[in-house]
Amino acid sequence: MIEYIGNNFDLILTAFGQHIALALIPVLIGVVVALPLGYLAVRRDWLYQPIVTITGVLYSIPSLALFVVLPVIIGTKVLSPLNIIVALAIYTVALLVRSVADALRSVDRTVTQAATAMGYRPVKRLFGVDLPIALPVMLAGLRVATVSNISLVSVGAIIGVGGLGSLFTRGLQLRFAEPIIVGIVLSVLLAAVCDSLIVLAQRYFTPWVRVGART
Amino acid sequence: MITFEAVSKVFPGGTTAVADLDLELPTGKITCFVGPSGCGKTTSLRMINRMIEPSSGRILVNGEPIATQDAAELRRRMGYVIQHAGLFPHRTIVDNIATVPFLVGTGKKQARARAVELMERVGLPENLAKRYPAQLSGGQQQRVGVARALAADPPVMLMDEPFSAVDPIVRAQLQQEFLRLQSDLGKTIAFVTHDIDEAIKLGDMVAVFRQGGHIAQFGTPQELLEDPADDFVTDFVGRDRGFRSLSFDPAKDLPVRPMSSLPDGISVEVDDDGRALAWSSAAFGSRTRPLGGTFRATDTLRQATDVAISSPVGLALEVDETGRPVGVISHAEIAEHLASTRSAASADTGSRLAPEDVST
Repeated sequence: MIEYIGNNFDLILTAFGQHIALALIPVLIGVVVALPLGYLAVRRDWLYQPIVTITGVLYSIPSLALFVVLPVIIGTKVLSPLNIIVALAIYTVALLVRSVADALRSVDRTVTQAATAMGYRPVKRLFGVDLPIALPVMLAGLRVATVSNISLVSVGAIIGVGGLGSLFTRGLQLRFAEPIIVGIVLSVLLAAVCDSLIVLAQRYFTPWVRVGART
Repeated sequence: MITFEAVSKVFPGGTTAVADLDLELPTGKITCFVGPSGCGKTTSLRMINRMIEPSSGRILVNGEPIATQDAAELRRRMGYVIQHAGLFPHRTIVDNIATVPFLVGTGKKQARARAVELMERVGLPENLAKRYPAQLSGGQQQRVGVARALAADPPVMLMDEPFSAVDPIVRAQLQQEFLRLQSDLGKTIAFVTHDIDEAIKLGDMVAVFRQGGHIAQFGTPQELLEDPADDFVTDFVGRDRGFRSLSFDPAKDLPVRPMSSLPDGISVEVDDDGRALAWSSAAFGSRTRPLGGTFRATDTLRQATDVAISSPVGLALEVDETGRPVGVISHAEIAEHLASTRSAASADTGSRLAPEDVST
């Protein structure tokens, strides 16, 4: 095992770096798209059901099918990593829109009305009151989306782009266990680290949540 | 002064919440909006800071129509307190209180210093400053709510059932402190409550709302109790309104008899400093009976009457500030006094009082 890692260190490192990029860039895109969509679903009440339904349907498309179909729809090359990024961004949006909308809806109306009655204007209220209070629920959604992305990237190896997934296909082709084990360990490790980072960020930015739970 | 001019509010769907309301809330006074739920009192309150826009009519603050003013600016000049306080869970207590100063651009340091000052003013220990709302009791949260409304020193305060979510003991405390605060600050206050006792205790003026958003009566608490406009108001202020209206008459005018007039065998035990301790009477044997209560010249007729009725010897004991006995009066004598002062008063004002009020 150690020998395998020593001989293929560069290859593993490249795969790992590629895996991180393929998993996390879609998360960023997803957040940027999901925030306004989720907000819209709350502000315009009649939009909530359609938006949640459509994103739910998007999430139910099998990932492999999406990887294969996307080049046809958006005109990318079959082997382009863009396919993975766009596909995973769609999944992230699908997951996060609902989180954002539900998080904003969960903010106590007496609190938001009090804010308005104190003289908050809409935009300032959104960033000063609604979003900060909704943050814990939104971050819970973000954890799911991030971990799910990290595991989904591997599927991309079947169409030739897949970060650590390429170690799986290689191991299968060569009937050789080491790359598969390294791939699994690194993938799980990456998911655990990203998840912990989000939890830490949540503790740092929302100290009031834990305080409230204790009393 | 806040003026309602023919204000109506019909909600989409056709419910009339407020119908053709004309009302004047005097500057520096507490005006209570009271009535059963769904009578339009909260809607009326929320039209003052434009959280709800009237369907017709207009509202003026100090003669200026509010409809043309910037809503956010207007609201920053009106303190707002609601049931359950509506505090920001993600902000510390100081930062909650400093909300409006932060909004109008007061420096952080100055706004927080002012917030800490206000904490003391509303009876909150300073060590709560860095806590979060979830760590405070309901009563403490409500105090924070009041402090937050006062932070920018607004001339107007809007209060929507601010004390109804706390237990009765805390509520009584908050009400007392609120009155003390108001006597210092002299804000123009609109106060919504469904509790007629609270309205009578706190209001300088009381507007009784009835279903459909009409005002059944607008007057001082005393007017409501002594001269209810109709059956609805009579019912709403309750059966013991005669007794409660005694709260407006001072005890100092009572013809209290000196202690020497006590009947034989009845006396008041006193301690070494001469403070009243207990009743003793030949009828009790060797044991004394607790005083059950005393009243002072600064109390009201209601308290004096209550003491007289519950006294084991049928006499209310008046004491001075130090608790030493001053004199006694029986409930029959209080009733006589009441009858004579009321008949004199009704001769003055042209007999506004119905006969049953006099006989209380």
